[in-house]
This record gives sequence, structure tokens and C-alpha cells, in this order.
Amino acid sequence: MATSPSDLNTWPSQSPLSRRSFLTASLAAGGGILFAATFPSLRDLAMAAGSDAGMVTLFARISPSGVVTIFAPNPEVGQGTKTALPMIFAEELDVAWKDVVIEMADYQGGKMGGQSSGGSYSTPSNWMPLRKAGAAGRQMLISAAAAKWGVPASECSTSDGVVSHVASRRSLTYGLLAEDASRLPQPDLEKVKLKDESTFKIIGKSVIDPDKARIVKGEQQFGIDVKVPGMKYAVYQKGPVFDAAVKSANLDEIKAMPGVSHVFVLKGSPRVMEVPPGTPGLGIDDGLRGGVAIVADTWWHAQKARRKLQVDWDEGPHADDSTAGFDAKAKELFSQPPQGQVRVDGDPDGALKEAAKLVHATYSYPFISHAPMEPQNCVASYQDGKVEIWAPTQNPGPGRAGVAKLLDIDPNNITIHMIRCGGGFGRRLANDYMIEAAAISKEINGPIKVLWAREDEMQHDFYRPGGYHNLTAGLSKEGRLEVWDNHFVGFARNEYFAGLAVPNRDSFPAGFIKNYALRTSRIPFNIPVGPLRAPGDNAHAWVFQSFLDEVAHATGRDPIDFQLGLLRDPNPGEGDGKPPGRFGPGFMTARMIAVIERVRENSNWTSRRNLPAHTGMGFACYWSHVGYVAQIHQVAVTADGTVTPQTIWVAVDVGKHIVNPTNAEHQIIGSIVDGMSAAFGQKITFENGRVQQSNYDNYNLLRNRKIPPMHIDFIKTDFPPTGLGEPAYPSALPALCNAIFAASGRRVRKLPLSTSMLKI
Amino acid sequence: MSYTIEVNGVKNDVDAEGDTPLLWVLRDILNMTGTKFGCGIGQCGACTVHANGSAVRSCQLPLEAAVNMRITTIEGIGETAIGKKVQERWLTLDVPQCGYCQGGQIMSATALLTRTPRPKDEDIDAGMAGNICRCGCYSRIRAAIKQLGEAQNT
Repeated sequence: MATSPSDLNTWPSQSPLSRRSFLTASLAAGGGILFAATFPSLRDLAMAAGSDAGMVTLFARISPSGVVTIFAPNPEVGQGTKTALPMIFAEELDVAWKDVVIEMADYQGGKMGGQSSGGSYSTPSNWMPLRKAGAAGRQMLISAAAAKWGVPASECSTSDGVVSHVASRRSLTYGLLAEDASRLPQPDLEKVKLKDESTFKIIGKSVIDPDKARIVKGEQQFGIDVKVPGMKYAVYQKGPVFDAAVKSANLDEIKAMPGVSHVFVLKGSPRVMEVPPGTPGLGIDDGLRGGVAIVADTWWHAQKARRKLQVDWDEGPHADDSTAGFDAKAKELFSQPPQGQVRVDGDPDGALKEAAKLVHATYSYPFISHAPMEPQNCVASYQDGKVEIWAPTQNPGPGRAGVAKLLDIDPNNITIHMIRCGGGFGRRLANDYMIEAAAISKEINGPIKVLWAREDEMQHDFYRPGGYHNLTAGLSKEGRLEVWDNHFVGFARNEYFAGLAVPNRDSFPAGFIKNYALRTSRIPFNIPVGPLRAPGDNAHAWVFQSFLDEVAHATGRDPIDFQLGLLRDPNPGEGDGKPPGRFGPGFMTARMIAVIERVRENSNWTSRRNLPAHTGMGFACYWSHVGYVAQIHQVAVTADGTVTPQTIWVAVDVGKHIVNPTNAEHQIIGSIVDGMSAAFGQKITFENGRVQQSNYDNYNLLRNRKIPPMHIDFIKTDFPPTGLGEPAYPSALPALCNAIFAASGRRVRKLPLSTSMLKI
Repeated sequence: MSYTIEVNGVKNDVDAEGDTPLLWVLRDILNMTGTKFGCGIGQCGACTVHANGSAVRSCQLPLEAAVNMRITTIEGIGETAIGKKVQERWLTLDVPQCGYCQGGQIMSATALLTRTPRPKDEDIDAGMAGNICRCGCYSRIRAAIKQLGEAQNT
């Protein structure tokens, strides 16, 4: 259960633009010491995620008995942040992990920063702040002991929550020192002495999230499990076409059904879909969609009543949207000059004319849905202008702002408890379920649980947008890649592309080729889109790494040698004069080369010619969310087109430390399975403005039998650790598809791949 | 309508319509929320329970059909020797990520190991095909089942 100790609620709010970092300590309620560490969060300042630009702040309490309670700031969606962040703090505080209790903090309205989990950002943005905070706490406890004993602090040492003075053979536990320490002046966080990293005892050792002992017994609470006294249950029927409005419905008939207490129409707010570049936030509109709410004594009563619901919808102007129409529009746009350009280096058009050999291909990928296992849900309790919310959200700040706006109440009158999420993958960065629950709770003036059916989930997502790439590469007589020309056709609202739909101007291989063009055209659409694990990269890496493989084969070179050649080229061209030009800020070519060479070695790539017939290896690499990943997949393809993954090798560089190895491996494997799942079966298609998929019977997620053994190798380099929720996803799809090509000679240029496409 | 159903060895009187899926009886009436809702059409396996020892999808089992069955849920499976071992191995190997589907995975794995004490890869493929893990914990699920199967040999 989420906890909201009164200590947390009385902490003063900090100015979001303050650059100061500090640790404050005070006497905790019930004795002991309460730490609060406050840092400017670059991420929050940069992203200003829609509302709570602010500070990363950590709260921790040491009780007189020595129990260290750390309030995990960021929501747990299965990515392990609830464990990893406290591990970093506990390491520098120098306490025994067995004495640490982790509690999920409630949303603190900005006092703990955005408290959002996404972008593989929890580890890198908290690494140094949490180390400094822990070290400062340790320093205060040492000072308290030194003062008590009348010895210099420099003669004291710590271990496992105990301060010792060896010369006089005295020692005291942190618990007993906590009260004294709480009265001491606060150390300057910029000057605290950090541990020698080679002495780490917690960081780098696998720690199993304590929630998991409850999970295996069915005792862990997820959002869907929350129950509050007097709570009713609701389903909320939204339109068959996005943003359809209710004209009329058989409300009286539904209200007469068993167990049903309320039936009413809610009017939607206009959806904001135009996202001009530079707009803060994620391009997700957290407004209320129009629909019919059915409130009942149990969820099943509400759901059963819904079957009889008849609604006459005003479907609006977008009921004509269809995948077939989008495909036709893309084809039409490819036959015309591009409408815009993202990047042009050198003279791509001239170079194409002069090329000795051209390679041409068109790649396309569909919209896909997040499909987390736990359907969207939220418990809200509205009373007298105040709302208490229990939500499985990845991103509580914008939810609170949305509820405040919709109900026209002060955000300070909204309490959000963040409950463990049954998967996120970016879906829970949106808070539409929270908005619905708050609106329905206000209407019935009582507590409500809104729970979406799987069909609601599949048909009212913020989808990963589809896209089309028309690629031409020009080679010199010697087989050098002289020019790369990409006409990208993507989805846009008026003049603005969907967020993260367009490849980044620096995406590989941009900057590594003398003549390069990324030009664009737009397909108008009305489908809500949002971030999905490794946004942008999750599609673009497949296109670029697949086409590079095609180009390598056209030159007759080994695909790995070919890519290494590009990366090592000392003089790839002039760029377009705008920094940074290659992959993105902070990209280091040497780190990428190292993971490529490692995976090549581990997989015995150079002996792949000895593999049996219809078996092949495929390679891909990508730099995503500042993590370096290279992977090689080995697959077999039978004559009927069945693809059997056999083995996967992956090499990863996310810096000097793997904070929690068991979870790091989980994130790598999970990302690769996720990418493979997208390649094998995921697609959302549209007809008459309607999503054609509805549930797991027609939206295919990978099941156990397709998962091959994976060999993961972490390369430790001398850089601060970065996140792992996303980096391994993007290269999984092209490595798989390149392996399919090696095994079958069939190039996958349209996702998801189909068996019929691969029949030999 | 009132029905009596036996869950984890305890008889419960339930006042609900006979067509209410067992899933919702467990979750919303008996307050046993370890059994999870995922799809409602028997495709994902998150709601897996045992009925007379066999793995079934509780979203597809109406209350009136469950009356004469012995129902075991994730909250009660630890009372069986195999279920307890599965739960323990799941924790030792840190199998879950988000954890939402894991109750169902454990119920299916326990049924598989009860039926086939030393499952081969093909047995695991078949026995676990009905359970989706969106986080992709499949490798560790397989490893846990295999280790438990191998332990049968000693």
C-alpha cells in the first residue's frame, strides 16, 4: 500500500529554477532522523513534463531501532526503479541492505520532482544526486558520533549502519545517533566525500524487489486491486471512432438492469493533437473523451449491462480514416517531391546520379498498441472539492493537472497514491483513466473504480505511430556508400508530425555518410499517439539497420565489417554544419564499436557459414536512450515460412555499474522479447475510423515457445551508469529480420512479418 | 441467487447471478485479488486457477459451473507441495518483472509439474502457451520449471 507519512506532506516546496542542492535533516515523527535531499533535476527542467518542473528529492528515515525507510520516488511498472534508486542511496549511506525498507512515496505535487518513470531516465538522473545524498547522511551520522566521543570525525569509520572509532573501540548504531545527527548543520552536497566505487557492497549485487515475495503468493496490490469503503464500479463506453460524441443512448433501459445504480453521458473535451516542435510534454492529451458511464455494485454488473447499451454517436469528420487509405496516401506521396526536409548533407541528388550502383527499398511499419497486462484502471474518491486517487500511473504530474482542470479544483486538493503497475511500456505516461475516474466520481459524489475491458484498452490507446520510408543508397565502383536518401512519409496533424514519428536528424547513419538526405511528407490523421518503449527508435532502428544490411549485401561485404567501416571512417563528410551531427549528443563511436566487436566474438559470427541450411545469423546495433547495444540473432526458417529463433547474443554498454544485475538482465531480455513480439505479430489497423483489433486473439503477443536462449554481456566502461528500460529494444527487430534474410533470402520490409511472405 | 463454492478448502456462500465469471466472484465478492483480469476471453491466462487440480481460466468459468468443483487460487496454491516449490523457485530466480501475470503463470506451471513431473521443452511450450507475459519473463519461467523438473530426479 502506498504510504503518505505526515513527514512528507509538511516538507516545503522548492523553487523549480533553484540550482542549489542540499540535504536537510530533521527529527522524524516517532524519533530518529528524516533526510530530505533536494537537487535540480536536469530532466525535469528540460522536459518540463507538462506541469511539475521541479526537483528530484529523496526522503529517507532512520528509526531509533536502525530501520532505514527509503521512499522510492518513481513509480514501479516492472522496470525495477523502486529497488534501484534506494540501492544507490543505501550504498553511500553505508547501511546493510537487510535493514532497508522501501516504501512507494505518494505523488508529492512536485516536491519530489516529476516522479515520472520513462525514457530510461530514472538511473542516470538520480545516480549522482542519490549518491551525494547518501554520503551526506553518512557524514552527519559520523559527525554526531565524533561529537559524542570527542574525537575527530576523520578517525571514525562506518559499516552496515554503525559508526566506529577503532582507536577507542567504540561504536554506535545509526539508529542511536539519528536524533543527535538531526540537529547538526547540513553538509554541502557539492563537497561531500563519496565512497571509493571499488568498495560498493550493494550496487552491483542482485537485489530482488521485496514486492516479489508478495507477487508469487498473489498478495501484491496492483492498481486494479485497490478497494475503498463504499466504492462502486464503473465501465466507461467511449466511441467507436476517436473523439466521437454521444448524441443519444438508451440510458433508462441500462439503469433498470441488475446492480446498476447510475448511467450518464459525459461530454468530451476537444483533443489537442497538434504538437509544434519544442512544446513541453509528451504530446499526450490527458483530457476527457466523450462517452457513457455505467456505475454498478460490481464491475461485472456494469460490464454485463454495457452489452445492452445502444449509443447513437456523432462520429465526427474522421470516420473515413483507414489503413488502406493511409497506405494509398503514402504511395501517392512517394511519387511526389517531399514536402519538407529534416537534414541534407552534401549533394545527395547529384551523388545519386553519379553512383555506380543503386540500392532501393521501401519499408513500412504499422501502428502498434502498448497492451500492458493490467488494463487501465483507477480508483477516485471525490468529496467536497477534494479528490483522493489511487492509480497505476507512470506519470502522476500531468494527471493531477488534468483532474484539476477538468473538475476546476485546486491541484493541492488532489492526492495521488501511486500503485504498482502491471506493465507500462509508456502507456501509463498518459492519465486518461485517471481523468475518467475523477469525472465519474464527482458525478456520483462518491468513490468509484473505473476499469477498462481489454477491448477498451486495445481500441483507446495512444498508439506508436506507423510510418513509411522510401530509401535509396548509392554506391561507388569500389562499394563505398556515397549517398543515403530517405523520403519519410509519416502521420501529421496539419503541419506537425506526431511526436517522435520523424527520425531524429542525427539518427545513424546520418553524419557517417558524405551525402545524406532525410526529407519528409505528411499523411493527415486523427489517431491518438504517444510514446511506446524506445519511442522513435523502436521503428526507425528497424528501417535503418535493415537497409544497411541490404546495402552491405549489395557491396558483397560482411554486414558487421560494413557498419564498422562507416563508424571508423575518419572523414565521412562535412555534415550540414549543425552540431552534433552523429547519432546525438554524447554518442561515442568507440563505445559502439566495442559492443559490436564483443557480440561478434561471443556469437562466433565469422563461422556462420558453417550453420545448417535455412539457418542464419543477423546483426544490428543501435544507440538508444544513451545505451550502446549490439545484438546477433540466429534463426531457422522452414519452407512454409515458419521462423524459429534459436539463439541471441547481445552486448551492452551502459557505463561503469550495473546497479541491480538481476533486474538489468530482465530489462535486456524483456526489451528484446518486446521487439521480437512487435516484429512477429503486433499491428493495429483502422477501417472507417475504427481500430480493427480488440483483444489478444487478434493482437498477437509473443508466447513462451518463441523465446530462444539469450547470452548477455555487459561491457563496463568508465562512465556513469545509465538506464536499461529501452536501449535493447530497437536493435532486436532488425537483428531478427536480418537473420531471417540470412536464413531464407527473404527481406522483411513490412512489419509485422507474415509467414506467407517468407514461404520458400 | 446464492451459491456455495469451495475455494482453497473453504466453503463460501456467494450471492450473485449464476453466469458471473468465477474471476469476478473471487476478485470483487470474495476479495481474493491475486487472480488477475487480463483479457476476459481466455487468451492471456492471468486469471488461471485450478478446478479439481486442472488449470482453467476463471474468466470463462461461470459461478454456477464452479459449484461442485474444488477451486484453488494463487493465494492457496502454496498449501500444495508442488505449488509451494514453484512459488519458492519463482522467487529464487527472480522470475517476475511487473508481476501482474505471474499468479497465472505459477498456477499453470504447478498444473504442468503436477501432471508432468519432468517436463521437456515441448511440454513447457504446450503447458505454458496459454499464459502471456508482456514483460517477457519467459526465459526465467522456463528455467524455473526445468529446475523443478530436474529436482524430481534427485
